[in-house]
Amino acid sequence: MTSPKRVGKIEFGLLSPKEIRKMSVRKIIWADTYDDDGFPYPQGLMDLSLGVIDPGLRCKTCDQKAADCPGHFGHIELAKPVIHVGYTRLIRKLLRVTCRSCSRLLMTAEDVEKIVGTEESDLTSEVVSEKDIKKERVCPHCGEQQLKINFEKPTTFSEVFVEDGRKIEHKLTPADIRARLEKIPDEDLRALGINPDVARPEWTILTVLPVPPVTMRPSIILENGQRSEDDLTHKLVDIIRINQRFKENQDAGAPQLIIEDLWELLQYHVTTYLDNEVAGCPPARHRSGRPLKTLSQRLKGKEGRFRGSLSGKRVNFSARTVISPDPNLSITEVGIPLAIANEMTIPVRVTPFNIEEMRQYVLNGPERPKIGSPCGANYVIRPDNRRLRLSEANLETVAEMLEPGWTVERQIKDGDIVLFNRQPSLHRMSIMAHRVVVMDGKTFRLNPAVCPPYNADFDGDEMNLHIPQTEEARAEAEILIAVQANILSPRTGGPIIGGIHDHISGIFLLTHTIRHFDRATTLYLTRNLPLDHLPEPADKDGDGNALWTNKQVFSLILPDDLNMVFRASSCQNCETCRRELCENDAYVRIVDGNLLSGTIDKKAIGAFDGQILHRIIRQHGMKRAARFIDDVTKLSIQAIMLVGFSFGIDDEDLSKTETGQITEVLNNAITDVERRIRIYNEGQLEPMPGRTLEETLEMQIMQVLGKARDRTGEIAGQHLGMDNSAVVMAVSGARGSMLNLTQMAGCLGQQSVRGERIMRGYEDRTLPHFRRGERGAEAHGFIINSYKSGLSPTEFFFHAIGGREGLVDTAVRTSQSGYLQRRMINALQDLKVAYDGTVRTTGGRIIQFRYGEDGTDPARSSYGAPVDVKGIVESVLKEEVK
Amino acid sequence: MGTSLNVLKHEMVPDHQIMSEDEVAELLATYRISLEQLPKIYHDDPAVKTINGEVGNVIRIIRESRTAGRAEAYRIVVKRPKK
Repeated sequence: MTSPKRVGKIEFGLLSPKEIRKMSVRKIIWADTYDDDGFPYPQGLMDLSLGVIDPGLRCKTCDQKAADCPGHFGHIELAKPVIHVGYTRLIRKLLRVTCRSCSRLLMTAEDVEKIVGTEESDLTSEVVSEKDIKKERVCPHCGEQQLKINFEKPTTFSEVFVEDGRKIEHKLTPADIRARLEKIPDEDLRALGINPDVARPEWTILTVLPVPPVTMRPSIILENGQRSEDDLTHKLVDIIRINQRFKENQDAGAPQLIIEDLWELLQYHVTTYLDNEVAGCPPARHRSGRPLKTLSQRLKGKEGRFRGSLSGKRVNFSARTVISPDPNLSITEVGIPLAIANEMTIPVRVTPFNIEEMRQYVLNGPERPKIGSPCGANYVIRPDNRRLRLSEANLETVAEMLEPGWTVERQIKDGDIVLFNRQPSLHRMSIMAHRVVVMDGKTFRLNPAVCPPYNADFDGDEMNLHIPQTEEARAEAEILIAVQANILSPRTGGPIIGGIHDHISGIFLLTHTIRHFDRATTLYLTRNLPLDHLPEPADKDGDGNALWTNKQVFSLILPDDLNMVFRASSCQNCETCRRELCENDAYVRIVDGNLLSGTIDKKAIGAFDGQILHRIIRQHGMKRAARFIDDVTKLSIQAIMLVGFSFGIDDEDLSKTETGQITEVLNNAITDVERRIRIYNEGQLEPMPGRTLEETLEMQIMQVLGKARDRTGEIAGQHLGMDNSAVVMAVSGARGSMLNLTQMAGCLGQQSVRGERIMRGYEDRTLPHFRRGERGAEAHGFIINSYKSGLSPTEFFFHAIGGREGLVDTAVRTSQSGYLQRRMINALQDLKVAYDGTVRTTGGRIIQFRYGEDGTDPARSSYGAPVDVKGIVESVLKEEVK
Repeated sequence: MGTSLNVLKHEMVPDHQIMSEDEVAELLATYRISLEQLPKIYHDDPAVKTINGEVGNVIRIIRESRTAGRAEAYRIVVKRPKK
């Protein structure tokens, strides 16, 4: 591979007054823009030589029309020099390291040599810095006593000298500074790392100001016909006004005081023209009170030229609206409102083979009345690139004129491929390609199984849609970006799309233990599956009617040759596994596509660790996996509807016995805490190694209370069995955990801040409800009540303290990780894996000799390993492999 | 203390070798690159100093890799720029 052209060197320099005058096409002297007829004043800020923005006029410099004229610079001759705010630091440094009388570097030639080095043999030579200048205040060249240079933001420099024991500040005018900088010899500048050929330091003091072309500060005409000028033009008007007044006063021989005032005013205007957010300088404001957006503000920040206009741009052929779920869609589909489908188009080139179809699109016109109607077209493009907008009036004439070589912009229809995206786009699965389904309503619809990769929910989330416009883009989208190509996450090498929430609860309810269904129920369950016939019934009831088992129903959606053995989410990790006889039915065994034992839950079909899903992808491909997800979602939704699933406040009800047990456990714990505090107070407590007495006590208390909370959970859990929906959700892994259940029914437990009991608040106590120095459980945030029984006022307050910590943490984390992400993307964005497996930069430089050292694409791996050995062996042996 | 440490003996430092000219030519040919497209290593890198690598040498680094078991990387010795 030949590397692209190389950049030999980059030179950074300053614009010299000479260059500014040379590139200027016109000297600007009038502060006015347009005369009463709306014509630009000659030598005014909108002079026709600076370029034209009004259509019809021609530029006086290049004689081109508004569309073609790039604009040309003008210049303003300043009455007196002013400092450029962007270079105040450089000016300060130069003033401090050079002599005030002879302007030589405050260092002997030998000292300079010691730092910079004699020969120019070194590629990069060291540079003299401010620190290298000795504190001695006498010039080694002319013996002049040096004075301290004070710099006051934004642009004031002054010398400090001591007289009669008092410090006196003497202000330096920009003209004084310029005179000093002019005298600095070239070789001294080289020692400072400045190339005097391109950046003489006196050029940091402006004597002539470039006037940017009108094209970069266009005036806009408001609805009422009034002209409104750009912020930059406003600022230039100010500068010219003051400059004129300054000149007049100077010529009239005004007193020094007035001259100084005007000079400062000119300095202020030039400063704010360059940067309107300098420290120590009130920002220049518009008449409305809004701060002006001047040069530096155009470049800086998120909406500035770099981040806003160059790194990121707005695009056409995109749509955005709220999303909502539709479990009847395939995961590869996306529902699009008719209103959006009517607006968005795909260009199709007319050929002899499709001309009739295209003509029909044109005849259908821009208004598609119903979702079932055939799509129409919004524009046609003639071979000379002229666009014709289709409307009811011209449909038939355009359809007549249509011939090969034209392009028809046809509307989106079912089956078109589109890119779907949700911000923040943190990984590649944040943009995936879906197939269009045009729908009623005003929202985008998606299968809830694709929520995890987008991290989407339906509490008002909005998503974006982009329509690929070329054949190449569509092919690429289909092969690389399609949903089914992204089921495996490159992060883990496991699936990221799969059943969530109700899918898991539903499939759990369907497959848990052995149950039998009659024909009607079986058909109800399978009604949404693409099946030709039911399998042989497994059993018969007393009347000889066919019965199917629940495991049989689930097996219908498995590939016929699937063999695997694993343990479900509900596995308790018993010491000796009882396998098929597991009392939780957690031993999943699938032989030849038949579920023999075990419960299907999160481990099997879940979004992040769907084992069955993973195996199907490895052995049957992405397409089959996508179909499996579609089938699982449909089957599980039928299953959960068959059983019925809800959760309410009375699902947390406990009987008197349990409540009594819980109270007893908590009381015991609290007395235990009190006992330990007593031991501590008596000085009998043995400290743990490496801990103080207090720390030991705190740890013991936390431990006792933690155990008590878990114990209440166990009591509650025993009472609420598998017929409780919260338990079903927790066991199957659909949502929530036993901890959540404990907190709802048992007790909320210890609230903490930074992993410790709550200690802050008043003097020696958390709240005035407790005695000073009290160490008991309740006084430091232990909550005896549950969400069901309700919190006492003090408990509620502690809960709020604990809850706040979590909120603060997330707020801090998101901003930090966002910035980290930005820096990482900046560093890595141009790297790619070349065809020879190396990771290279755009210049062909090698970063890695083999991607990831083993050349494995993690999105095509089995949890990082190139081959899924366990899976292959299992499918051959049809037995569990350790 | 006068005893000098050989960094190469440290268990976390991978093996560094200076490649011969023929090897370098072959390396550049297999990857179809020029010398400056190789990753760099500074001349004062402790491992480079230990094997007496000089500016312009190409160093072969053999690492134990978590993914590949054994991985080779090649770096060209360059002078460390000042500051």
